[in-house]
Amino acid sequence: MAEITYREALNQALREEMVRDDAVFLMGEEVAEYDGAYKVSRGLLKEFGNRRIVDSPISELGFAGLGVGAAMVGLRPVIEFMTFNFSYLALDQVINTAAKWLYMSNGQINVPIVFRGPNGSALQLSAQHSQSCETYYVHAPGVKVVTPATPADAKGLLKAAIRDNDPVAVMEGELLYNMKGEVPDDDDFIVPIGKADVKREGEDVSIITHGKSVHVALQAATKLEKEGVQVEVVDLRSIRPLDMQTVLASVRKTNRAVYLEEGWAFAGVGAQIASMIQEEAFDDLDAPVLRISQADVPMPYAKNLENFARPTVDRVVKACNRVLYRNGNGR
Amino acid sequence: MAETKTATKKGPATRDDMSGDPLNGVAPETALRLMRNMLLFRRFEEKAEEGYAIGKIGGFCHLHIGQEAVAAGSIGVLRADDYVISAYREHTQALAKGISPKAIMAELYGRADGCSGGRGGSMHLFDASKGFMGGNGIVGGQIPTATGFAFAIKYKKGDQVSLCFLGDAAINQGAFHESLNLAAVWKLPVIYAVENNGYGMGTAFRRVSAREVKDRGDGYGIPCHRVNGQDVIETYTFFSKLVETVRAGGGPQYVDVRTYRFKGHSMSDPVSGTYRSKEEVDKRVEQDDPIRMLRERLFEAGVMDQEALEAMDNEVRAEVNEAAEFADASPVPDPANLYQHAYATINEHGRLFVDGREDAPRARDEES
Repeated sequence: MAEITYREALNQALREEMVRDDAVFLMGEEVAEYDGAYKVSRGLLKEFGNRRIVDSPISELGFAGLGVGAAMVGLRPVIEFMTFNFSYLALDQVINTAAKWLYMSNGQINVPIVFRGPNGSALQLSAQHSQSCETYYVHAPGVKVVTPATPADAKGLLKAAIRDNDPVAVMEGELLYNMKGEVPDDDDFIVPIGKADVKREGEDVSIITHGKSVHVALQAATKLEKEGVQVEVVDLRSIRPLDMQTVLASVRKTNRAVYLEEGWAFAGVGAQIASMIQEEAFDDLDAPVLRISQADVPMPYAKNLENFARPTVDRVVKACNRVLYRNGNGR
Repeated sequence: MAETKTATKKGPATRDDMSGDPLNGVAPETALRLMRNMLLFRRFEEKAEEGYAIGKIGGFCHLHIGQEAVAAGSIGVLRADDYVISAYREHTQALAKGISPKAIMAELYGRADGCSGGRGGSMHLFDASKGFMGGNGIVGGQIPTATGFAFAIKYKKGDQVSLCFLGDAAINQGAFHESLNLAAVWKLPVIYAVENNGYGMGTAFRRVSAREVKDRGDGYGIPCHRVNGQDVIETYTFFSKLVETVRAGGGPQYVDVRTYRFKGHSMSDPVSGTYRSKEEVDKRVEQDDPIRMLRERLFEAGVMDQEALEAMDNEVRAEVNEAAEFADASPVPDPANLYQHAYATINEHGRLFVDGREDAPRARDEES
């Protein structure tokens, strides 16, 4: 165990998997000579050379599709999107090719590829650079999606994604790259894809969430604890596959659930989870499942508007109080 | 006649500039093989048309009738371990790469013995073991994929070639331009073969394109070639040299393969009428039938006579009929396998399928 940043954890994962398997290569904009737009690939060009750390032109559709083709014939590409916002240019290759080739070929051609990069909002990047793109990816069968919230999860999930035989989107958080945490330095440390993690235990209400919203949930939990409310925070870690066992176990314990996500509510992850909770644990619920998300507008630039649009700690606290039927002022 | 738009490269010879030999130096047995393949393609497509008419084949179905020389003359020079990927008009290319007529017809019929297990249909034929990597139904979608095959070949220091078929309409897609740039920058072993039949569905290429097909690789420094794709001898001779050039490290190549579609775009499109005249189609069928063109060469060379041609045709017809019978007898796919192959790995934890259906597979840790 060592305390390292989320960025260093991703770098370690890439490095270890590249040492382990010559078929793994990293391609994307600025990944090589620039050391990565967010420095995730720092030092890798020096260590592995330009055969395996490959600077691409700004051609998301082209290089993502090239990765998909390379994956079909034996390589294990890691395609870095400078941000997932830009990956919309490449979605045809993700949804129409990567997600479909195994099925349409009746199991003949699998596509072991990783698409990774930062997802969601950062600070005042405005509408085109602040989107949470996970719903576009989880919507299509054939793709797996993971959203690490901590340095350890970042390392373990990226390694698992590279070893997985299907297309996996690893959605990171720009504001998480500097976050520090304990990370096992074991070369074979893996966080299994599809296993949720209870980040904080509690009896009264479950906040279920994913990605960097985990930290918003934890802050809300700390706030509510001062009022005597014990919050359980469930981090999905992986949206597809989805660990409903852990979600349902938490709801059965607390009987109340709030879904928190950074992105928009419409057909969002929370919509899916709320639907599944009512289908599978209706009798355990003491209140409707509420959802907290970004306001249903493109993200504005001005600091005050951005904060107003975000799913903040206060909004999460309020939602918890609502499902607890509390007024939030010490009753 | 084949043209190559670079100062140093010259296209292969045709009958016009070589003295005497109607086969242009192509071995008689090779020419006969090309004839057999083209006959097979023609009869197969006719059978598919018939199957569609009687409701055995559904969905979209795009025929290659008139364009048989393209697949025969290009894929015919490849090795088994070379890769081919195409768009949705790809029956003859799949046949040319070695998938059996039975497996393809069964796929068109939506049967379990189809080359894609009944999951792909006409537009999505596969046999990875033979290097046929699919038909993509999204115009231009296969171009980055083919470029990726070539990247992997170079990465692994192999000497295979990636052959990408695309229609003329696909060269107006962004995927085309991004891919050609990547292939040129990294000198990848890929051939972009544009099956230029002049129409993207019902839109004439020239109506929606500022430049001609033949020059489009030029902006990326990729050698551009043009070949008469109705003349299988010319096509074969041309691709024999081109594939060797690429195999030897010559980098990406771009070919305008001039051809003509004798049938409608798909089964719902009449042969002529709205966007091309009956006169135009009749004239091209009359002048540019690839089978007739090769027949004349073979007869002139004394390699084949009418009787032998008819015998070959009968043999091919029998093979195609057998394929249709095989397809008809093949079972429909088992619905119990509906979820199979959506993913290569069913992870130990978590649900991959969230449709709420009882028969959807659950994670291993949720079973019991």
